[in-house]
Amino acid sequence: MARKLLLENINVPGIHTFDVYRQNGGYRSVEKALKTMTPDAVVEEVKTSGLRGRGGAGFPTGMKWSFLAKPEGRERYLVCNADESEPGTFKDRYLMTHIPHLLIEGMIVASFALGAKTSYIYVRGEMMPQIRILERAIAEAKSAGFLGKNILGSGYDLELYVQPGGGAYICGEETALIESLEGKRGNPRIKPPFPAISGVWACPTVVNNVETIAAVVPIINDGGEEYAKIGNGRSTGTKLISASGNLKKPGVYEIELGVPVEEFIYSDEYCGGIANGKRLKAVVAGGSSVPILPANLILNTVNGQPRLMSYESLSDGGFQSGTMLGSGGFIAFDEDQCIVRNTWNFSRFYHHESCGQCSPCREGTGWMEKVLHRLEYGHGKMSDIDLLVDVSKKIEGNTICPLGDAAAWPVASAIRHFRDEFEWHVANPKEAMERNYGLAKYADPLPKLEEVASQN
Amino acid sequence: MSDKVKVTIDGITVEVEPGTSILNAARQIGGDIVPPAMCYYSKLEGSGGKCRTCLVKVSKGSEKDPRPMPKLVASCRIGVMDGMEVQNITSPEVIEARKGVVEILLINHPLDCPICDQAGECHLQDLSYAHGVGNSRYEFERRTFDKIDIGDKIQLHMTRCILCYRCVYVANQITDNRLHGILGRGDASEISTYIEKAIDNDFSGNIIDVCPVGALTDKTFRFKNRVWFTKPVDAHRDCPTCKGNVTLWYKGDEVLRVTGRKDQFGEVEDFICNTCRFETKNTSSWIIEGPRHIAQTSVISANHYEFVPLPVIKENQVLIEANKVEFERATKI
Repeated sequence: MARKLLLENINVPGIHTFDVYRQNGGYRSVEKALKTMTPDAVVEEVKTSGLRGRGGAGFPTGMKWSFLAKPEGRERYLVCNADESEPGTFKDRYLMTHIPHLLIEGMIVASFALGAKTSYIYVRGEMMPQIRILERAIAEAKSAGFLGKNILGSGYDLELYVQPGGGAYICGEETALIESLEGKRGNPRIKPPFPAISGVWACPTVVNNVETIAAVVPIINDGGEEYAKIGNGRSTGTKLISASGNLKKPGVYEIELGVPVEEFIYSDEYCGGIANGKRLKAVVAGGSSVPILPANLILNTVNGQPRLMSYESLSDGGFQSGTMLGSGGFIAFDEDQCIVRNTWNFSRFYHHESCGQCSPCREGTGWMEKVLHRLEYGHGKMSDIDLLVDVSKKIEGNTICPLGDAAAWPVASAIRHFRDEFEWHVANPKEAMERNYGLAKYADPLPKLEEVASQN
Repeated sequence: MSDKVKVTIDGITVEVEPGTSILNAARQIGGDIVPPAMCYYSKLEGSGGKCRTCLVKVSKGSEKDPRPMPKLVASCRIGVMDGMEVQNITSPEVIEARKGVVEILLINHPLDCPICDQAGECHLQDLSYAHGVGNSRYEFERRTFDKIDIGDKIQLHMTRCILCYRCVYVANQITDNRLHGILGRGDASEISTYIEKAIDNDFSGNIIDVCPVGALTDKTFRFKNRVWFTKPVDAHRDCPTCKGNVTLWYKGDEVLRVTGRKDQFGEVEDFICNTCRFETKNTSSWIIEGPRHIAQTSVISANHYEFVPLPVIKENQVLIEANKVEFERATKI
């Protein structure tokens, strides 16, 4: 059984209450950090741990914290991004529902490290139960003296607020989140300036994912070096993976980074294989915005190495044959799933969630959605497939925020890897309405490297 | 010298104040290398970055950090650094991306130029003529909206809007509370004052001038005439609210329209008040300064009386020779 850091006590009855959480070793890191460490030492410890942002981009958290501008006489803010809305990702909601004090503990330590006197947890509006859970937990922590004025007699003050959002996907982008937090329309800001220089109310701000902040707790408890031992290479520590799709045991799993993908899908400790005895066709490894991969490429890299659940291994092969760990939304598709329909569904989501600020994303997502709809419902043309690739290229990289890229990648990668299925949809529109393309050759063993190299 | 920074755009070096955007540095050089801008407006704080037509490639970040920027950047919002090297029309990547942006801007824009008042002075027309492709690959229904009146003098035709947000910034600057903004999101978003409220301000008419397309039009001029049949004349008057420097657009001896004076980048020099714009349409109220210079590339300059005659052929020996040859050829046949 792999070691668990975040979900260690998840099955203890009543862990969502302050007393039980405290009895199980909760808030040790707050005592340790506030009484024995300086803020810079905490930042240094996080740097040593090699913790990388768990929200999707995988940027080293310690680096992000050390970039925070510290001008005299200006407030600094820590904002926790709990606006989890990526299709396929539900780890933050799980964490906040069952063990809210872990997040609050992490928030106190992280705010102390950054010197923030006020911190916010920006929760997605749809997660009303979690907002209530967090607010109750904050009240408990406050009455126990872990929040408010002069925490544990250290002279450090912290106020923690929960801010419900309006439930827009775009508000998970850090500058849009800041705009929304300020009470404005959630449009992403144009960078630079980055939030580390000018964020909430033009003050220096750090925005971190829920899981990143929660991971600070074991780092402070056990030390950064201890944390860095877990994991694989530059992907240190553990990661929550939200496994969904056609799996025998979908759910939230805490894995040590570096577990082979094959083990994650098929071992009984994790997902337990594909449901109903079917075969695996494709996997979206990190939430809907990362490239989709066919079964043969997700289990092995083109070099013939087994693919591991880590930042590096999943992105091995770049856009040609790799994907990304993203936020850990692991969606498995069995042989009866239609990739065209799935791509259309993702595209529809991005069309609906585009904020409409910059033109490539505003118009391009709608265009892709309409073309994919036409393909799925049997009115497509062969030229549509190349058109989609072209439109996705026009969007990718030309937008203000990463939503444009996130909308373009699933479409581009689905066509790159599943072109046969798209062409079959065009060639046999009637049949495509009645049955699915099936597994085809997508799970076949990869060709030898020489052949792949010559094709490229 | 010391506080100026050097930036090279398409091989032309210019020294500008620190903090200038790449676009403004390019405008100081002028000519073909100026990136087009549909949403940026130098007089509106916070504008820009939205339309993505001004994308350029930064091939060298600065003297200190010579790494190129990974993506194309919006030149209107990125400040120059010392030693920065920028590629605009010399980069095929930029040209390709711009072509894509133009196509994407046009997919939901109705091509109703023949009945649009903006035709002839429309930035989107110029942009698509210069950078776009002849036909669109978009085969679906375009979004349409009903026309809305914003006050009794301004009409909003959302169907033509490209959501550049310029009018929103104007409204934010001239009014205390937010009256004019965006409703909805994605390609369903629309500019609105919410339930046809009027923008009650003396300067509200300027949202017509800043609009790059025909989405906001002057109701006192709608369908009166095509702009290229009217003659622009600079004039001023002693106005208690604004500076009173305007351009009058004449047809015969009748003033059809009053606008701000637009410079070569299509930006007004001074914002003018609604009294000047909508209500002062007789020549006697104005002191005429002279004809307004219109760029040769503009359709409005056709049949323009500010015409400089070409050098007389008789003086040009080469042309005389060429004419002789041509005349002989023509008469032979």
